[in-house]
This record gives sequence, structure tokens and C-alpha cells, in this order.
Amino acid sequence: MKNETQEFKWVGKRPIRPDGVDKVTGRAKFGADMHLPGMLIGRVLRSPHAHARIRSIDTTKAASLPGVKAVVTGSDFPPPPPPVWQAAGEVPVNFRDLARNVMARDKALYDGHAVAAVAATSAAIAEEAIDLIEVDYEVLPHVIDVKAAMKPDAPLLHDDLFTDGVSPKPDKPSNIAKRMEFAVGDIEAGFSKADVVIEREFTTKPVHQGYIEPHACVVDSSEDGRLFIHCSSQGQFMVRQFCARVLDVEISKVTVVPAEIGGGFGGKTTVYLEPTAGLLSRITGRPVKMVMSRTEVFRASGPTSGGATKIKIGATKDGTITAAQATLAYQAGAFPGSPIGPGCMCAFAPYNIQNVNVVGHDVVVNRPKVAAYRAPGAPISEFGVECVIDEIAEKLSIDPIALREKNAARQGTKAYYGPTFGPIGFVETLEAAKQHPHYSAPLGENQGRGVASGFWFNIGGDSSASVHINEDGTATVIEGNPDIGGSRASLAQMAAEVLGIDYDKIRITVADTSSVGYNFLTGGSRVTFASGKAVIEAANGAISELCARAAKLWEIDADAVEWVDGEARPAGDNAGDFEPMPLSTIAGASGKTGGPISGHASLNVKGAGPGFGTHICDVEVDQETGRVSVIRYTAVQDVGRAIHPGYVEGQLQGGVAQGVGWALNEEYIYDKDGRLDNPGFLDYRVPVASDLPMIDTVLVEVPNPNHPYGVRGVGEVPIIPPMAAVANAISDALGVRLKDLPMSPPKVLASLSNGGSRTPS
Amino acid sequence: MAKVVIPAGLSQQFTGGKSEFEINAKTVRAVIRCLDKDFPGIGKAIEIDMAVAVDGEIYHDPLLESVAPDSEVYFLPRIGGG
Amino acid sequence: MPRQHVTTEVNGEPQDFLCEPQETLLDVLRDELHLTGTKEGCSSGDCGACSIMVDGRLVCACLMFGVEAQGKTIETIEGMAEGDKLHPLQTKFLEEAALQCGFCTPGFLVAAKALLERNSDPTETEVRYWLAGNLCRCTGYDKIVRAVMDVAAETRET
Ligand code: FES
Ligand code: FES
Repeated sequence: MKNETQEFKWVGKRPIRPDGVDKVTGRAKFGADMHLPGMLIGRVLRSPHAHARIRSIDTTKAASLPGVKAVVTGSDFPPPPPPVWQAAGEVPVNFRDLARNVMARDKALYDGHAVAAVAATSAAIAEEAIDLIEVDYEVLPHVIDVKAAMKPDAPLLHDDLFTDGVSPKPDKPSNIAKRMEFAVGDIEAGFSKADVVIEREFTTKPVHQGYIEPHACVVDSSEDGRLFIHCSSQGQFMVRQFCARVLDVEISKVTVVPAEIGGGFGGKTTVYLEPTAGLLSRITGRPVKMVMSRTEVFRASGPTSGGATKIKIGATKDGTITAAQATLAYQAGAFPGSPIGPGCMCAFAPYNIQNVNVVGHDVVVNRPKVAAYRAPGAPISEFGVECVIDEIAEKLSIDPIALREKNAARQGTKAYYGPTFGPIGFVETLEAAKQHPHYSAPLGENQGRGVASGFWFNIGGDSSASVHINEDGTATVIEGNPDIGGSRASLAQMAAEVLGIDYDKIRITVADTSSVGYNFLTGGSRVTFASGKAVIEAANGAISELCARAAKLWEIDADAVEWVDGEARPAGDNAGDFEPMPLSTIAGASGKTGGPISGHASLNVKGAGPGFGTHICDVEVDQETGRVSVIRYTAVQDVGRAIHPGYVEGQLQGGVAQGVGWALNEEYIYDKDGRLDNPGFLDYRVPVASDLPMIDTVLVEVPNPNHPYGVRGVGEVPIIPPMAAVANAISDALGVRLKDLPMSPPKVLASLSNGGSRTPS
Repeated sequence: MAKVVIPAGLSQQFTGGKSEFEINAKTVRAVIRCLDKDFPGIGKAIEIDMAVAVDGEIYHDPLLESVAPDSEVYFLPRIGGG
Repeated sequence: MPRQHVTTEVNGEPQDFLCEPQETLLDVLRDELHLTGTKEGCSSGDCGACSIMVDGRLVCACLMFGVEAQGKTIETIEGMAEGDKLHPLQTKFLEEAALQCGFCTPGFLVAAKALLERNSDPTETEVRYWLAGNLCRCTGYDKIVRAVMDVAAETRET
């Protein structure tokens, strides 16, 4: 079911993406595909301990190995910046922690934490050198589990970390970095009005973003201190800023050239290798290439938080939710900064509830520092909420979609974290799900159906773009956001629509940091919305100039010219009678009328439209093995307006696949010494083609009034509902409610042998 | 007077639990200054990691946004994304 | 260790190279021959990003040593299009948005081509199992599987 509009020439169509041919022929250059003359290969030595003091590091043997050009440890880096959170684009960053995550200083805080690095003339020599570095560790007690880390006697990761957000300020350090609370109404009064109250505890495991392309970069440092960085990331400007801070150089000396990016999902919104490669290059005077192995990707980058949540919801007999309470604890990894804020704010956001209380904790543990992962924080809290809502519906014998509809947030609903929603499409997604043939299709034996919804804010932020009109009437669009899933296409479509020229007359380039104004990174589902707005404004700027030039050629006033369908036309009665002048004519004469024609925009884009989705999932459970198979899946989402429906559907389908992996298979397994046991795709099992059915999508379009074409971000929402949709489907099939992810065969079997009866409340 | 609301985390740390205020100010900057005068330190905390919603519209790096006498001003954590 | 001289045919052209005995064919292709269209996602045979054809057999280039390629015929993604004419799978992947980041795409195209050469009328299940050695984290496989089936159907018609 698609809602493709006829009123536009390019918006809502499915043209071939501008970078498509490069990506199907192997031409596209990703992070590891760059090769520079004289290039050295860098490798990292990583801590084998979950928590250890670094007494000393002896690099002499490694440094004297023939072919080794440099060896660095934490002490070779500039001192870390001060330990304060600083605004960096949209989100605050603590650059001291970032610097210490890039290279450990006095302590290694997780299995895989970088402690030293080498650059050598070949990969084989670099690897040999790594083995020759001698580190004297004092192994310290470690803590992996979030609840264990919160106990008063837990091993402490940082003796200067005091819980933020509590009063009075604590006098003892703790692993709880922050406590936050959101409250509206009177929670106790709300529960006392309820006829049914259900309280459940849930756990989710850390899961990795699992992009197929490992982190990779080539960095070349010049004698005058400039850094040329070629790497794959979600934001070249982020890499520029982070490297400048860690290496203590001015931003103007750093140029970052964005490679094609082989998936990110939030995991490439920070730096791991680039500062180290920069330092090695500075020391050796040669370009240094660093690429992570898959094992390193698992041990040292990402993942998202695991969480422990307690959810309590009360409702009256007619299904009105009267109160909702959540207590959340998120693992931040080795440094503070889990996505607990959005976790708290998203938990109950789909619903209009008068009495809400949410308390969140950000907790450090001896695991890699978490990175953003699609709708960071939201899936963890919303998983429990959507399961409890399902249980309430069951208890009250109300259809789960009807129960959600009754309590759904609508335009004008005031969210408990502050804002009042404008036009949103949550109810429309519920309606569409209910109408979908999937919802009423018969189920077979050992099969069950589950429903769940999800909410994500979406963001805007800083974006810059330029549109240049070429002398033959074609156009070049320059933007600054790495294209992870087809954004070049959607931005070019909008440019074509505004300029009134054919899509294939437009070439679009993702520029390096020296060639376009600042852009916040590709994340938060912001690119088609925010950078789209910048492209549209730049195109409108070019159009004003085109009209002014046509006016000069016609010898009339500029405001007597209008732009229609890619050509200038005289506007109004006294403008005169001229034949429309096409873009190519004006462009060809630009030299005579004032020079090159361009438009530019640099904006802080506001007004992102929140996104809502509702998913339907059918599972079949093998009672013998405990294996759960997803046999049918439908994802419904309000997408505002789909500029390129093919890539919008793809976002929904990809998010669902990741959510199903999170629900059923994926988890980090640590041994008793705090070492990661499954750092590879063989044992960390992401869904493969034979694990999944086709994923049906329904694009509901409730336009965002803050965007000329009504765009809302679409990439984050689809990963939120699957965990609960699968759990609710399992419950429908077996009558057992599973509350701990992943719902792997052993857990399913255990719950079956526990009776397989409905959980008492 | 605009209605200004801060999250419970901030109120516990700075305002002794009070989370709602009536403030006479024309911009978000003036709101923050006014809060900081009564509760020293809260201004810095807001500057570092708070976004603001003024009458339902979220601003990530707030300073100059205008506030009307009947506005609702909510401070909330900043939101990034994946 | 002495570098060994290896003689092969790559994408229809004779190609010889020198390599260390422990170097994988993937390293040789990417680092020596600069054929970087073949990707490395895991180097342990688990992701399929390095899928290539060796003597008509689909293999993971990361699981083969460069020296084992002696006398063999190798086909990589760079040889899939003929001149400026894309292979029908390449065209279909573009038309149906069967790629997002595009990192897994060369591996999927090579593997899908191998499938269709063996089985011109695969069922959805056969496509899914054949491609189960190729990981894609972006697309959820839906559009990839459809594109492969659509090419199979169109090829049968012509
Ligand atoms: S790189 Fe060869 S299978 Fe992953
Ligand atoms: S398109 Fe990104 S991994 Fe497949």
C-alpha cells in the first residue's frame, strides 16, 4: 500500500540513486579502499583485561623490529581535555573521556580497550610488533552487569565519578553517573484509580550496530601540522572536531574527506582509530592506514546499552491508562553517557497519560563505551512498556490495537517530557495496522501474533548546502552528509522538484570539510529533513538569482519574473510579453549578466516531526527446540512524506531485521574474567536471509508542516517495536511472557518447561 | 509570566525540588539568567546538556528563542540519534 | 619469507602477482591488484562481503590463500558489467533499491549471479538459503531477494 502523490514531478518517485552505479560495480570507495603512496599500516594493542591499572608499558622491543616506524601509548598523546561535557553539534560530548577511550591512560577499562599502537611497513610486521609490546598490568576487580555495578560495594571504574542529578551532592564516588527523573501528575492517585495494575521487570542485552564495514581510515599529516583524514563515518565534521580536540590542533588544519560508509546505525558517530592514525602519521611523516578487524569492532566499538527496566502501568476497565511508572538502568560502558535521557522520554511518549513517573540511571561498567544505535535508548524502555500494554489488553479482553488507540497521543497531546505534539500520525498507523489483511489472517498451530508501537523524536540541526547552476543548464548540489541509505537520491529529487529540471540533470556531491559549510552528522533521522531543507533553500536562492538574470536580459524588474517549471516567465500584466526563458539559456548567458549563478544555505533546522510506527508480527515456535521463527511481518509508519519510497521502505525493513535480531539472537556474552566470548559473526548471530520473511511496509503520510514537502525522519522508529512485537507474538503462541532478551531457544524452552501458562499478575 | 518547567533531575540538584516557575522574560536566554540568579549553577547545567521546548517546539541549542507572556518553556535533555 | 610468483586470470585478463605465502587472496586482490570492489567484513568466512568466483565456484576470498589461486580463473565484481552494460542483476538492484550502504552489494551480486547460473527458477526459500552466507545489515533482505527473483523471472521470459 503506497501513497504516492501525483502532484509532484520528482518527489515521491523512485529514481535510480546518483551513486548507484558506483555501488553495484565495486567502484565506490569505502573507508578501507583508500591507498596512498608510502602508506604505513597501523595496528592497536588492546587490553586483555576487563579492568586493570597500567603500571608500565615497554615498547623497546617493538620499536626495534625492522619495518616498525612508530610505537605510541597514551603518554604520547596531548593531555586529555578538561573533563566537562561540551555541546558538540546536537549532543554533549565529554572530550576527556573520548580521548581516554581512543587510548587508555592510567587504566584499561574493558576487554579491548586500546593501550598502544604501532605503524609499520606491512600489516604482518605491525602485528608482530604488537605482540612485542610489554604491558605490566595490575588486574583489578571488574563489573559487567548493570545491577551489580549499582551496588554500593561494586568495583569502582572511576574514583572521580560522583552521581549527577541527586541532592545533596554525594561525597562518595559511584558507578552511577547520573540519575534523571521525569514526572507529571500524581502517580499514586493515578494508580489508585486503576482497576488493573501490572508491574514487570525486563532486561535487554547490549547489541552491536553490526555494520558490515569495519571502521577504517587513512590519515596523512603534513610537516606544518595539517591533517588529511580519509575515513568512513557518519559525519566528516564530527571526525574533524573530535580529532582536533584529541590531538589538540586547530580545526582549520584538519580536512576530513568522507569515504562511502558501509553502514553506521549510530555506531560511526564517534572516532576510534582516526586520532591514533593521526598521531602515528605525525611521528612518521607518512600516511597511516588503520582498519579494525571484526573482532576489534565487537570488542572495542559500539554497542548500545543493555538495560534493566521495571515498568508499571495501571488502567481502568474500559482501557484508559491512569498511571505509568518506569525505573530504568542503562549500561553506559566504561565512560558515562548511555542514551538514558531519550530512554526516559520515549518510554510512554506514544500515549496520553496524566500521571507519569520515570526515573533513569546512567551506569558505567567494564564494557566498551556505548555508541548510538538507531533511536538510541528508545527500544530498551519501549520494549517493556509495549509488553505490559499488551498484557493489560489481554487482561481486560480488549484488542491490543484498540487499547493503544484509546490512549494514543494525538495532535495537541502534551508529552510528559514537555512539548505538545503538532500533527502526528500515531492513530493513523494504528488504523492502518487494524485494516491490514495481516491483522485478521488465520494462524496455524504453534503460531502467534503480536503488535507493538514505537516513538522517536527525530531531529533537525545544522545543515549547509550549495546549488551551482552549470553553463549548460545542469546543476551541481554540494552537501555534507555521508549517504548511508540513499540520501543523495532524496536530496537530488527535492532539488529537481524546486528547480523544475530533470533529476538526471543534477549531480550531487557529499563534500569534504573544506568544501561545504558545517553539517551535523548523518544521524537522528535528520538528513532528508534538515539537509533537505538546506538544499531546498539553496535551490531557491539560485532561482532568485536566475529570475534576476532573466529580468536583466528582458530589461524588466526582477520582481516581475517568476520561476515556473524550470523556466523564467514574466509575471503580472505590466511585465511585458516575453517567451519563457529556460534555465539553460539563462545559465549560458550568466557571464554577461553578472557571473556564475549559485545558491547557498547554512541553517539550524528546527521543527523535526516526531515519528510513530506500529508493527504486526507472526511467529511460529518449535516446541521441541525452542526456536522462534518470524513467519510474517508488517511495519506501518507515519513517514510524513516519502521522497523516495523505495529507500523509505528499506529503512523500515532494515530496522525490523535489526529489531528481530535484538529480540531473538543477538547478545554480548562475557566470561567470568570479563572477556567478550563471542566477538565474531559466527557466535554473535545477526539475522541472515533465511531467518526472515518478506517484510511488508505501509507508509502512512501525515505531512510535517515544518518541511516544504512534509518530510519526517524515518530511520529510527522501525527498530523500536520489533522486540515487543515478537515477545507479544510468542505470548500469543505459548501463553508465556518472556521478559529477557534475547528470546533465544534455551530461554524459550525453559519457559515452556516452567508450565507455559500465563504469568500471574 | 511564562510557565517554566525543569526536569526533576535538575530540580533535585539545584532548586530543592521545585520544578515549576513563573518567569517574566522575553527570551530563553533571559529565562536561563533568571533561573541562574536564584539557583547559581543551573544556568551552566542547562547550557551544557539541555534542549528547550517553547510552546511545543523543540530547540536543541537554545539562546535567542522568544518567549511570550503565556508561553510554556520546558527544559529537557538533548536528543541525538543513531 | 620469499614472495611467491602466482599466475592467474582475473576478469578475463591474464594476471600475475607476487605474494607472501600467508597472504589471503582477498588481501592480494585488494592490496596488490587494487581491485577494492571485493570487500572485507570479517576475514573469517562469515559475512560473504568478499564473495568471488574461482574456476566457476563461489568462494570467500578471505578463506583462500593468494598462492592457491595459481592457474585459476578468478571473477570479481569489477568484471560483472560488460563495458558500459550492467548485468541484469546490477540494474535490478538499482531499480528496486536493493542496497542502502552498498557495502554488502558486490558480494550479494556475485553470489546471486552464481545462483542464477545454476538455477534459473529458484523459489524464495532457495534464494534465501543460497544467500544466507551473505550478511546485509541495512536492508532486511526483502528487496535483495525480490530483485534476484525478478531477474530470474525476466531472464526466463527472454
Ligand atoms: S570477509 Fe570473507 S566472509 Fe567476511
Ligand atoms: S546495504 Fe548495507 S550491508 Fe547491505
